[in-house]
Amino acid sequence: MRKRLLLPLCSLLAAPAFAAGLQVGVEIPRLEVAEYHRPYVAIWLEKPDQQHVADLAVWYDLKMKDKEGEKWLKDLRQWWRRSGRGLELPVDGVSGATRAVGTHSLSFAGDSAQLKDLPAGEYSLVVEAAREVGGRELLRVPFAWPPRQAEQHQAQGKSELGAVTLQLTP
Amino acid sequence: MKPMFKWTALALAVCLPLSAQAHRAWMLPSATVLSGEDPWVTVDAAVSNDLFYFEHFPLQLEGIGKPQQVSPRAPAPQGGPDGKPAAQAGQPAPGGQPPMRRPANKLLVLAPDGSEVKAENGSLGRYRSTFDVHLTQKGTYKLAVANSGLMASWKEGEERRRWMGKAEDLAKGVPAKAEDLKVVQTSNRMEVFVTSGKPTDTVLKPTNQGLELVPVTHPNDLVAGEAAEFAFLIDGKPAKDLEITVIPGGNRYRDDTGEIKAKTDAQGKVAITWPSAGMYWLEAELTSKDGVAKPASERRAVYSATLEVLNP
Repeated sequence: MRKRLLLPLCSLLAAPAFAAGLQVGVEIPRLEVAEYHRPYVAIWLEKPDQQHVADLAVWYDLKMKDKEGEKWLKDLRQWWRRSGRGLELPVDGVSGATRAVGTHSLSFAGDSAQLKDLPAGEYSLVVEAAREVGGRELLRVPFAWPPRQAEQHQAQGKSELGAVTLQLTP
Repeated sequence: MKPMFKWTALALAVCLPLSAQAHRAWMLPSATVLSGEDPWVTVDAAVSNDLFYFEHFPLQLEGIGKPQQVSPRAPAPQGGPDGKPAAQAGQPAPGGQPPMRRPANKLLVLAPDGSEVKAENGSLGRYRSTFDVHLTQKGTYKLAVANSGLMASWKEGEERRRWMGKAEDLAKGVPAKAEDLKVVQTSNRMEVFVTSGKPTDTVLKPTNQGLELVPVTHPNDLVAGEAAEFAFLIDGKPAKDLEITVIPGGNRYRDDTGEIKAKTDAQGKVAITWPSAGMYWLEAELTSKDGVAKPASERRAVYSATLEVLNP
């Protein structure tokens, strides 16, 4: 019922201002290890010179008492240096709980806080994962913004991450 | 090695300029980059040959653990920032001389707001002292052990005698008619930097006394493959043409020390590119006759720091 009402609204709003968007897919692989913990994951946008532009998400243990889970955020080494250490955590709309094995997707509309003021140019989507008593992996997916046509980019992890996909919608 | 020979060897090592054979004094923090609401670091402090292994003496720090009662068999566990054994009260040193008293090392822990913090859970073992620092503030902490004074050596008959202490106590420690007297003005400083959250600069301000490092690149923002720039000051003025030695830890498992040498420029600045991630020991020593107050004929200023370099 609600949905029906919303759909026409959305199509009305889908004027040029609400044009582009991006969708990120992050696969957390199943690992055969004696002691498995869900990985901490940070997802952000940066310029080609690795300058941090915007945080899309950081998944960490939010449930521990006294924010104890934040103790290991430094293990997301690059994200911590580029962004995390300067933040007051948790960050609304960015902080989230750790995710289970499987593929998780995130959508950002062109008018979302992260994208609405993004100047045209070259960027990379960065996904960094670090697992307690496990390893760390970082993947970069370069792309141009805003997209001229629907595009799909992908990177493949080897250890802590599976496939990372980036879908751009003009 | 018999204790007595060990004493002598140590005393000898002291008289030599700091070389690859000299003992190194250091503090090693459990971490330098921390996240979370309530982090702690634990720090080991020792005087050793290899970095960073405690295999020789603990670094004795005022108020950290109980000074040890050492049996006559074992040399006293002690080291100043130059890693020399301490005198034992009531225990004659080799050659039957009364032992040389050394000034105690004082640990100073500065919080990001510049205030002094107390180290906690201090203890002193046979090979290392250890203490904790509770990082209740966000920002950069500095742990420093600094001392300065005079070192005198003279001859008594066939033997060389030595004394160390504050300038005002010189007359008490050295005979008025000491033969072949040589007095050196010394200053030593040893530092470690630790950051909770975002790095800050308050504690990086120099005291303008002795040899000091003033970071251009923040000391908790060091990354393998990137160059870090540091400036060195002697009494607040640029220390130019100063040789800096950087040694990566873990040399027990390497044949070569892996040391990197660099010289400061006219502004006292130096750039170091870290070959790999890990803990490094940085050391600089300056000997000069400039601005030395009598009775000292020269000064020796030493600076060292333990720096952590992370992967990108």
